[in-house]
Amino acid sequence: MPLPVPQITDENRAFWTGGADGELRFTRCQSCGYYLHPPSPRCPECWSDDVAPEAVSGRGTVYTYTINRQQWMPGLEVPFVLAVVELDEQPGLRLIARVVDCEVPSIGMVVDVAFEARGEAFIPFFRPAS
Amino acid sequence: MSKFEDACIISGIGQSEVGRRVTKGVMALTLDAALEAIGDAGLKPANIDGVISWPGAISRAEGLAPASPGSSGPGPHAVIDALRLQPTWYYGGPETPGMFAAVIQACMAVATGMCKHVLVYRALNEATVWRTVTERVNTDAGGVTGAMQWMLPFGAFSGPNWMGLYATRHMHEYGTTREQLAAIALNGRLNAQRNPKAVLQGDLTMDDYLSSKMISDPLCLFDCDIAVDGVTALIVSTREHASDMPGKPIHVEAVGSALNGRASWDQWEDMTQTAAASAGAHMWSRTDLKPSDVDVANLYDGFTVLTLFWLEGMGFCGKGEGGPFVEGGSRIALDGELPLATSGGQLSAGRLHGFGHLYEACLQLRGQAEDRQVADARVAAVSAGAGPLASCLLLRTEA
Repeated sequence: MPLPVPQITDENRAFWTGGADGELRFTRCQSCGYYLHPPSPRCPECWSDDVAPEAVSGRGTVYTYTINRQQWMPGLEVPFVLAVVELDEQPGLRLIARVVDCEVPSIGMVVDVAFEARGEAFIPFFRPAS
Repeated sequence: MSKFEDACIISGIGQSEVGRRVTKGVMALTLDAALEAIGDAGLKPANIDGVISWPGAISRAEGLAPASPGSSGPGPHAVIDALRLQPTWYYGGPETPGMFAAVIQACMAVATGMCKHVLVYRALNEATVWRTVTERVNTDAGGVTGAMQWMLPFGAFSGPNWMGLYATRHMHEYGTTREQLAAIALNGRLNAQRNPKAVLQGDLTMDDYLSSKMISDPLCLFDCDIAVDGVTALIVSTREHASDMPGKPIHVEAVGSALNGRASWDQWEDMTQTAAASAGAHMWSRTDLKPSDVDVANLYDGFTVLTLFWLEGMGFCGKGEGGPFVEGGSRIALDGELPLATSGGQLSAGRLHGFGHLYEACLQLRGQAEDRQVADARVAAVSAGAGPLASCLLLRTEA
């Protein structure tokens, strides 16, 4: 059974396809610099509508994690590590994503983004920073 | 303190057969519960002028409330038609502050004068549906839309994943232990053994808990609630009906529904707490009663760790102190300082999505909880929800 994919729309395309160029892209306010996630047409900090996708470094730290051991669908390989990763660019700018190449992560561990092509989308995941 | 809640009472309650293999379909269960609640309130279907349910008949959600097969049941349109009701107001929808939003909206409908008697219900048949449906996670080739796109494609498939993340962080910051989470599961099972309708009645020991299968660390099998088929209904009426009804009215002392945080699972800032903290504070801001006045606490336990969040969020203990509060189980036992999950809760009695706790709280306040009755129960706290979704109610007997 295929793993879930996002439905790509004009609003989320930059996020879900940035991985084609190896870039993790978030919508950013061009007026005050705030990163908006999920993407939104207006900045919730300064209410500017001048927002546009921008690449971030892809580096972050593990805020918390879990190790999923349940096979929620046929064909799902378990166990895998799932973490909340806070990106370096902004406090609270986070993704829930898999962390590979480590059996048990630790809170505060530094990680770098990578991407898995799935359908039209490039799903971000992380691995320990080298 | 004058507040809209004072205009309302819970005049009737009803609950269908509850189980993992029930004899009826979910519509029949819904009508059983509804008719029982209507009769319990001393009413007839023709008296019902409002119907509110959570989440309505939906098969997929764009918002934060996860919709999985069997988690919806018939919506208000189907129930209104089946009972030939003629409501002045009705509503069913999932984008609310948790499941008790249905009760709160019923109170508001009564307090504003829109309705006199509102049928509120929550219907589930997850046990039946999960036996036949393998696609519990949306893998629609068209792709996941709305809020769930930030969860499912990343591998955050289900509640244990999401709440496992919260539990890890709570353990990291406060030193909460698995043995402390176990105390919640073990307490629920002891109470379930006194509840004939509870689906899990066998003995559960600390060893059983610690050696059970991990689902999503640190949450194991016994940290997760159990899917059932079952429907709970209640009637919210005008306070004036108290003198006409056959039974004991239950007063809605205060409701809590505030969200102080992102309306998001993945962007939620402080994962050592949920919206329980803001809903709890909101509830206490609407009453002169205090946490120490509560005799029975039937707090949401879709996962053990959620009970901790509700205990802390509703101020029964300090933030981060939930683990030591429940440790050993004596404080939360039926004869303890704060009897918790007196029906067995969702962990042992079955996932009725908060409404099992509400039904049980009403039984306790009416003195009808039989073997598990808490002596002289006058004030009950009930709550429902996880993550950014939270609502709670403070109920009491006649002053």
